[in-house]
Amino acid sequence: MSIDSMFVHKMWVDDELSKMVEGGVPFPMLSDASGAVGRIYGIYDEAAGVETRGRFLIDPDGVIQGFEVLSPPVGRNVDETLRQIQAFQLVRETDGTEATPSGWRPGKKTLKPGIDLVGKVWKEWETSMAFD
Amino acid sequence: MTEEADVGCARPTGGPVAEASNETSEGSPKIKGERAMITVGQKAPDFMAPGYEQGKFVNVKLSDYLGKWVVLCFYPGDFTFV
Repeated sequence: MSIDSMFVHKMWVDDELSKMVEGGVPFPMLSDASGAVGRIYGIYDEAAGVETRGRFLIDPDGVIQGFEVLSPPVGRNVDETLRQIQAFQLVRETDGTEATPSGWRPGKKTLKPGIDLVGKVWKEWETSMAFD
Repeated sequence: MTEEADVGCARPTGGPVAEASNETSEGSPKIKGERAMITVGQKAPDFMAPGYEQGKFVNVKLSDYLGKWVVLCFYPGDFTFV
């Protein structure tokens, strides 16, 4: 979503993005010409008149589970977005009985919060696991 | 999920859907000029917005995606570089 009209979105896909992504962008590119949506999400830059790089993860109940906002010159890391979705999906599937520690990726160890884990995380997790 | 939109000469824009107006209902009174912060664990504000998708102009409502995971991304502008 950006302040560009849907007409400009079409031209951007036709002229440029379709050369990077075969078949063009596979999801809706939305228009927020007035900035009204960006304002309620807190990412509209009034001075510059544009949206900043806000990214919101919304679960199947419509609840925001995470967000990230970057200023314009730095792009996002899509792998990290996907990792976070996988982590939230695991938490949801296990009904919160499992939690994903720092550096978790699919296949890596999860933690089971409970009284037995208090003060014992050092036995289950080491700092090297925070990194890939 | 998405409905195809009629195309006219207007340049339509997105906007919040109704419930955003509950700002003045109960709860703590808003300090003038204070901006409500987005908070994790709370409902994503619903909105409706026109857009372009795979050769069609569409209208999209966020709440139509209930039941699915959604990644909502904002960016500064088309034809920018990053």
